Amino acid sequence: MLQLATIATAAIVAGPIAAGLLGVAMPAFGIIPALGSSSLSLDAWQRLLEQPGLLRSALIALASGLVTTAISLGIVFLFLASSAGTRLLTWVRRLVAPLLAVPHAAAAVGMAFLIAPSGLIARALSPWATGWLRPPDILIVHDPWGLAMMAGLVVKEVPFLLLMSLTMLPALEPARRIAIARSLGYRPVTAWLKVVAPGLYPLVRLPVYAVVAYASSTVDVALILGPTNPPTLAVSVLRWFSDPDLSMRSMASAGALAQLTVTMVALALWRVGEALLARGGAAWMASSDRGIAERPMAVVGPAGIALAGGALASALVGLVIASLSWTWRFPNLLPDTLSSATWSRAGPVLLETLATTAMIAGPATALALAAALAILESAAASSRPRHDLTPLFYLPLLVPQVPFLFGLVVGAEAVRFRPGYLPVLLGHFVFVLPYVLLSLSEAYRRFDDRWLMLGRTLGASAGRTFWAIRLPILLGPCLAAAAVGLAVSVGQYLPTLLLGAGRLETVTTMAVALTSGGDRRVVGAWALAQALLPVLGFALAVLLPRAVWRNRRALRNTS
Amino acid sequence: MMTSMKRLLLAAALSLLPFAAAGADPDPRDWSGVLREARGQTVYWNAWAGDPRVNDYIAWAGEQVAGRYGVQVVHVKLTDTAEAVSRILAERSGGRIEDGSVDLIWINGENFASMKRNGLLFGPWAEDLPNFPLTAPDDNPAVREDFTIPVEGYEAPWGKAQLVFYHDSAFTVAPPRTMPELLAWARANPGRFTYPLPPNFLGSTFLKQTLLGLAEDQKPLYRPVDPAAFDTVTAPLWAFLDALHPLLWREGRAFPASGPELRRLMGDGEISLAVSFSPSEASAAILNGQLPATVRTSVLDGGTIGNISFVAIPFNAAHKAGAIVLANFLLSPEAQARKQDPAVWGAATVLVLDRLPAADRALFDRLALGPATLPPEALGTVLPEPHPSWMEELERAWSARYTSR
Repeated sequence: MLQLATIATAAIVAGPIAAGLLGVAMPAFGIIPALGSSSLSLDAWQRLLEQPGLLRSALIALASGLVTTAISLGIVFLFLASSAGTRLLTWVRRLVAPLLAVPHAAAAVGMAFLIAPSGLIARALSPWATGWLRPPDILIVHDPWGLAMMAGLVVKEVPFLLLMSLTMLPALEPARRIAIARSLGYRPVTAWLKVVAPGLYPLVRLPVYAVVAYASSTVDVALILGPTNPPTLAVSVLRWFSDPDLSMRSMASAGALAQLTVTMVALALWRVGEALLARGGAAWMASSDRGIAERPMAVVGPAGIALAGGALASALVGLVIASLSWTWRFPNLLPDTLSSATWSRAGPVLLETLATTAMIAGPATALALAAALAILESAAASSRPRHDLTPLFYLPLLVPQVPFLFGLVVGAEAVRFRPGYLPVLLGHFVFVLPYVLLSLSEAYRRFDDRWLMLGRTLGASAGRTFWAIRLPILLGPCLAAAAVGLAVSVGQYLPTLLLGAGRLETVTTMAVALTSGGDRRVVGAWALAQALLPVLGFALAVLLPRAVWRNRRALRNTS
Repeated sequence: MMTSMKRLLLAAALSLLPFAAAGADPDPRDWSGVLREARGQTVYWNAWAGDPRVNDYIAWAGEQVAGRYGVQVVHVKLTDTAEAVSRILAERSGGRIEDGSVDLIWINGENFASMKRNGLLFGPWAEDLPNFPLTAPDDNPAVREDFTIPVEGYEAPWGKAQLVFYHDSAFTVAPPRTMPELLAWARANPGRFTYPLPPNFLGSTFLKQTLLGLAEDQKPLYRPVDPAAFDTVTAPLWAFLDALHPLLWREGRAFPASGPELRRLMGDGEISLAVSFSPSEASAAILNGQLPATVRTSVLDGGTIGNISFVAIPFNAAHKAGAIVLANFLLSPEAQARKQDPAVWGAATVLVLDRLPAADRALFDRLALGPATLPPEALGTVLPEPHPSWMEELERAWSARYTSR
């Protein structure tokens, strides 16, 4: 039964990805029946290679994948190293979930308003310090090297990697490891990096790969903060797909495959980097260095976290103020006139789209949670995981959405699968599942099986021990995983749009549609609306176990 | 209005249904038959949804046709019209030749040319709409030609657009009246003008306008591009842009993505001069708090490009009768007057006002012009759109020339 559920889930995940890739591979090699072409050709590739700026687009995407991930991971590890066992860590831990709940597009819009020459920082310094009465003509947002885009990504990926690391960390019993290293004379940060980091990295490897894949293929952040001429490869591909000249579709499909290649190359280079670092790191670990660079390392981590968290928080505050403004001229730090017009105009639509969002995200997350439990339970039940399907479930994390979603729509039409609620639900499920699985698997691995054995010796069936022992004990981790899943589902744009024929309006599809109108007040309001459900989810995940287990102290903090 | 719950359940149920049987296509010459067939249909209208005021207007139009004709309207909110074109193409690729998911689409120019060429449109139907004669098509050929492509009843006119410039009079008093003046203006105000990145619609239109304003002979632009003559015809444009780009916002190293982004730059005071495709955009944006009250509109001496946007029905639309009824309502004096009100939307009507009965004309006469809109007689000559092949070729050449490598 469990085995069956696992296989069914694998089919649900792999089917669309295969169909989607086929759906772009065919046009990329000249086969588009709707336009009456059905013979193999390499024209699309030739046209792609002739596109001006193609190499640059691809290189920026590649650099973004590697640089963003390296900086984010560096900040997170150095922060954990310098804050291990301190109050600071407990404090940051509480703040990380709400920051994670902010969708990428919303964070990017807020960041753009923070750092632009007409943005909040410039306003705060003008005109008293800068003398600017008008915004200076400085290229910050949309810079040709993608630096603003990478900064925007770092700000969003730091909370994600931090949460993932905090989930995995207890398994390593870091306090005990550090105590041993300290007793040998290692300074605290150096001790953490030498004895905890090498154990932690393999546990967070998958989320790190997900960040590499995302940062090399993002569309929304690149549109808002990234270079414009040429844009990143993913944005170019999207643009080609929307060219009125329908013969561009084949070139767009070739571009989509090129995007897939860039992401794969980024991942391969990251692995090479891992190997090099492991070799160099081993020598350093064996060396007698007990903390030469201790001071600077101890500063960089917390400073990075403060900068990233502070930027994201200020960006959000900027959006809140913008949504309440009517006119807001430069260089005024606060709006000239305030108004509730934006919110009252959004009101009725907002409630309706929130309801639709909940009706997609709720079931998608519940299904993903059930599937993840089935997968983990069946893996735990079989002593020898002969046909381990687990890597398959993580595929959606690594395959960029742009390439295969367009193909998927064609594929869905071919099998007469009408766009609507069910395809959207399924699409969300495919993208939510890996995150839920990722968040839950560590708690599962750490579970003390002796509790189950105790139950079995008392005569309970395997099913009964699952429902009566495993699930209650894992209530906290399950809810935390569900909260992450909910946030992922709420943030889905392309799957909702393409698989629902645009008929299902979620807060995210509305927010993205309105972003094209460029009205910061409206964008601000909808960005906050986007964050609402995920924040509620994370709050419930924290509060519910405390309420349910108010008389079971050991069960309250098992996440 | 349907609640989202009902809509979801309906969507869920529909996605399980096999193909519905197809009936005969509606014939707008039998108007009562169209009305009868339309009653009870739900029209999925795919339209750009970037502006809450546009969305509100579409919602209003939906309520009106629901109340009067029993036709429900669902606004499928697009970021880009191409999303709907892609979907229709995907449906045909997948073999769905009827019962498609798009019923009505807001469209013009390149997308129309492309869809018509590929047989993705239903028609002809538009010339038989009861309200179509109000556009006085015989005296007003613009409603029968979209970017030089004959419309032939495959789309119904909806709104009129004309390229204008708007400037902030707090920073600059004399906006340029010719293209050479624009260059001189940019020299005097470096970093304070830019245009959207082609192939954005407005950005490409700016290129065409510049070429029309510089070309000695405009005639070749109204024929398909002659590859042999392309370089000669466009040489003045590239010389002009080579000189202009270093004087643009961010020295031309970054471009705004769209007209709305351009408007935001204006609102933030980053630029002093911008282009728009709507003569009333500045007024509407001032009333909406997006632009300062000091913004004013201007046009060029030799005239500016104008065109008309349309609504079309895809070949496989599931609710053609409902879509036809909606298209006819959108063309009614009542709907057109409301759309032209700068406090509602501020998009110019396609109706010819002196053809309207006095009561209908009064609807338009009542409208305030808005603080920054030029009176109709000051909008100057309207230049027709060049042949669509120029748009494609100009975009391609621009990108080859100005994309960083």
